[in-house]
Amino acid sequence: MYQYNDFDAAFLAERNRQFRGQVNRRISGALTEDEFKPLRLMNGLYLQLHAYMLRVAIPYGTLSSAQMDKLALLAEKWDKGYGHFTTRQNIQYNWPKLADVPDMLDALAEVNLHAIQTSGNTIRNVTADHFAGAAADELVDPRPIAELIRQWSTDHPEFQFMGRKFKIAVSGAENDRAVLKAHDLAVRMVKNDAGEIGYQVLVGGGLGRTPMIGKVLSDFVSKEDLLPYIEATVSVWNQIGRRDNKYKARIKTTVHEHGIDDIRARVEERFALVKKTFGGYDQVLLKEIEEHFAAPAFRNAPTTEFDSAYDANPAFRSWADTNLSDHRAPGYAIVTISIKKHGDTPGDATADQMRVMADLARQYGHDELRISHEQNVILPHVHKSDLPAIYAALRDADLHTANIGLVSDIIACPGMDYCALATARSIPVAQQIATRFDELKLEHDIGHLQIKISGCINACGHHHVGHIGILGLDRAGVENYQITLGGDATFDAAIGQRAGPGFAYDEIVPAIERLVLGYLELRTDASETFLAAYKRLGMAPFKAYLYPEAQANAA
Amino acid sequence: MPRAFTPKVITANALLEGDVIYLTAQDTWTRDLSEAALLTDEADAQLRLLDAAKQVDLVVGVYLADAVAGENGPEPTHFREEFRRTGPSNYFHGKQELSPSSV
Ligand code: SF4
Repeated sequence: MYQYNDFDAAFLAERNRQFRGQVNRRISGALTEDEFKPLRLMNGLYLQLHAYMLRVAIPYGTLSSAQMDKLALLAEKWDKGYGHFTTRQNIQYNWPKLADVPDMLDALAEVNLHAIQTSGNTIRNVTADHFAGAAADELVDPRPIAELIRQWSTDHPEFQFMGRKFKIAVSGAENDRAVLKAHDLAVRMVKNDAGEIGYQVLVGGGLGRTPMIGKVLSDFVSKEDLLPYIEATVSVWNQIGRRDNKYKARIKTTVHEHGIDDIRARVEERFALVKKTFGGYDQVLLKEIEEHFAAPAFRNAPTTEFDSAYDANPAFRSWADTNLSDHRAPGYAIVTISIKKHGDTPGDATADQMRVMADLARQYGHDELRISHEQNVILPHVHKSDLPAIYAALRDADLHTANIGLVSDIIACPGMDYCALATARSIPVAQQIATRFDELKLEHDIGHLQIKISGCINACGHHHVGHIGILGLDRAGVENYQITLGGDATFDAAIGQRAGPGFAYDEIVPAIERLVLGYLELRTDASETFLAAYKRLGMAPFKAYLYPEAQANAA
Repeated sequence: MPRAFTPKVITANALLEGDVIYLTAQDTWTRDLSEAALLTDEADAQLRLLDAAKQVDLVVGVYLADAVAGENGPEPTHFREEFRRTGPSNYFHGKQELSPSSV
């Protein structure tokens, strides 16, 4: 893991010192809210419906146990005992008091964490494949390049006042787990015909009001060229991107309006200038960073404890089948800890739960944790022989829900329960869907199914790329929920299609139930997932389950 | 024709705590919607809004929110204001944990 050097530590301390002064001046009345707002946003501090909200970056989703312990401390000392992990690999505290925020930031700095650029029209927290460094299907660990991008983009003078925010994601694996095509810019590590590692660069993806799938800007950028190439891309957009209309300001609109070929030509031209200014120092830095991410010393041991627990304990078996993924080292597994117990708030973990997960990482997991954009926590490096002990500890902390990738593993944004921009609630809809399918005891039979819920058109809950997407709207002063079907968050990315008229708050859960039970009738057999069935059959048969009255009227 | 003025309360977030507050008839701030002044005259509402917004060392984001007269003072007409005066629905946090009267 990356450890701050003296420069990083001094930079952050100075930034926190400045913000403490700004908060003091705001409290004394020396700064108005108009003056203070851009300053607090630059430091991740929002004002939401009921309180301030502090958004802390978890760069590329990687945490050490000490960092997780610190997140727990913040939750306990300055918040209401919990934190909310988001789809952008951040953690949000929903109840901080303004005067406490400088202390919170100082506490975070002790473990190399910060809230810089988690808001505002800047380059935001760089997100990554949450299995980075561990996945069996990975070519190279993408985190060194993510850390390089983090350092380069932090306080980058050219990119502090852009037309809009800019989100970058990276992945080094064959399967896309980072929703690359929904990002302003995405870096995908690839190997060319000569066997060299380089990067495919995608641009112009984004969800929100006008969802767009990212397009390939370059199929192969070499290692030395990547940072200048990204700088050239952001720079081109910063120049020609629209500033007249904030809904058209993101790079997806620029790419759409100019066409990818025109953007590519401009980037190449700009790159020729930018490249000369880099002088190779970024590669020296990257080398250093790479050393921080050296793989842990994996041990070679038998997996007998795992095998016998798997045979003997059905609950353990079910959890193992659902929550483990293939690790690149023999005898190892990737553990996804669900923080979506049926009926609980997706993505929330209590301070105690955070400490349990930190302890497990310390004891069994080479001190590493990850946060996924799907709002779960990952122990990336676990030897299988330790899994029975880990499972027992998770069970004691109520963290043993076996639902990864299933109907109750729902992404839900904070929605109207917290977010000032919301048009409807998302959390209670997620809670009720999960509870309902738990009652039906059909979850494992239904299989892989991603439901994603947003509380407004901004789409923080990624509803466009959910197999079932739910968008909460305000229709004439009443909550109303629109369903989209067929979205896909993988490298085959697709935007879901609207199924028809929306549903009232008390109709949405029954509608989802009809839809999913309908799928069970429609699928060829258990191996055909919801998404596969939708791709084969199209909208019509699913619509019939969603709107039975319309069907009856037409008949 | 301009739309008829509907009754409003003046609301904001407190600078230090960030929580939801309302302006009373005495031009003080309360955490409880039922103690807010229900403004029925548009000119009066606009003037008091301007005065309230000037209190930069106390409040943030002052605005007029629709409300109606209820048995125990003003009540919200829109669900957003209902959540603001109550708290989130997933935990018993926010106003509901402090003052049972506002639930
Ligand atoms: S999607 Fe809308 S409601 Fe949900 S967190 Fe984002 S801005 Fe808030």
